[in-house]
Amino acid sequence: MSMDINWLKYSSPQAFYPLAGRLIPWFACVVVVLMGVGLYMGFFVAPTDFQQGEAYRIIFVHVPAAWMSMFLYVVMAVWAGIGMGLNARLSFMMAQAIAPTGAMFTFLALLTGAMWGKPTWGAWWVWDARLTSELILLFQYAGVMLLRTSIDDLRRADRASAVFALVGVVNVPIIYFSVQWWNTLHQGASVSMATGSKMASTMLTAMLLMTLAFWLYSIAVILARVRCIMVERESLPVWNEKSAVIQEAVEAR
Amino acid sequence: MQWSSASEFFAMGGYGLYVWTSFVATALCMGWEVLALWRRRAATRAEQRASLLGGADETTA
Repeated sequence: MSMDINWLKYSSPQAFYPLAGRLIPWFACVVVVLMGVGLYMGFFVAPTDFQQGEAYRIIFVHVPAAWMSMFLYVVMAVWAGIGMGLNARLSFMMAQAIAPTGAMFTFLALLTGAMWGKPTWGAWWVWDARLTSELILLFQYAGVMLLRTSIDDLRRADRASAVFALVGVVNVPIIYFSVQWWNTLHQGASVSMATGSKMASTMLTAMLLMTLAFWLYSIAVILARVRCIMVERESLPVWNEKSAVIQEAVEAR
Repeated sequence: MQWSSASEFFAMGGYGLYVWTSFVATALCMGWEVLALWRRRAATRAEQRASLLGGADETTA
């Protein structure tokens, strides 16, 4: 069971910090390549939609952003739950690091949705189930972050925002299935586990490439943020970079 | 490829405003997030440098 020991090693902040730092540039490079290819396919290879014309191309940012907004919320809630169960500092810090990126993607999903709604429905916003539940998700992210900043004691802030995040996770399946459960103006899923894809294959490829790019972008950004949080919260020495920092400090003197 | 000219590409079949607003807003948000984290990292490093130099620098910072 030597594998387990290797992985467990990285659950300590001291081991995780340099590992995260080494991974970020690799994720960043892959993101740039995936986005380049994804955008090229989205704008130059994918055909014009026979119903929505060129307006449908918003899908290449809208769907990845919306998926990430829901996915990141679940991941944040899982880390919050692990933090509660094991009383693990790093888990709470992960949850803390995910919230701003999740909120950003929720905001982008709503904004790009408005940009898509205006030309196709004639309205920037309608109070239908999909849009309203996604707006509630944005408030949930805001709640998780505000609760944290409003409580001075770090351990209490961790637990309060974790409970808030865990309770709010019920909204994610509501968002996801809202287009089936209610009669919404929002179109149904373009890609589904049961029926497969309703899109042209090049459209689907471009969308999946952009989704993968957004996913890896989120990992890179969250790792970078959790490293900052680790230093800010725990006054961790910049473990792997300690010698470099000392040298800089000496030179500054 | 369905575009015969650059202006046709930017017009996006009349939906240019909506399409480009979406993509530019997404790019701005991501760019801003990366920049903010870059600065936050610089701030944490500066703090570390100060603490490694000793208590005197922390009080002046």
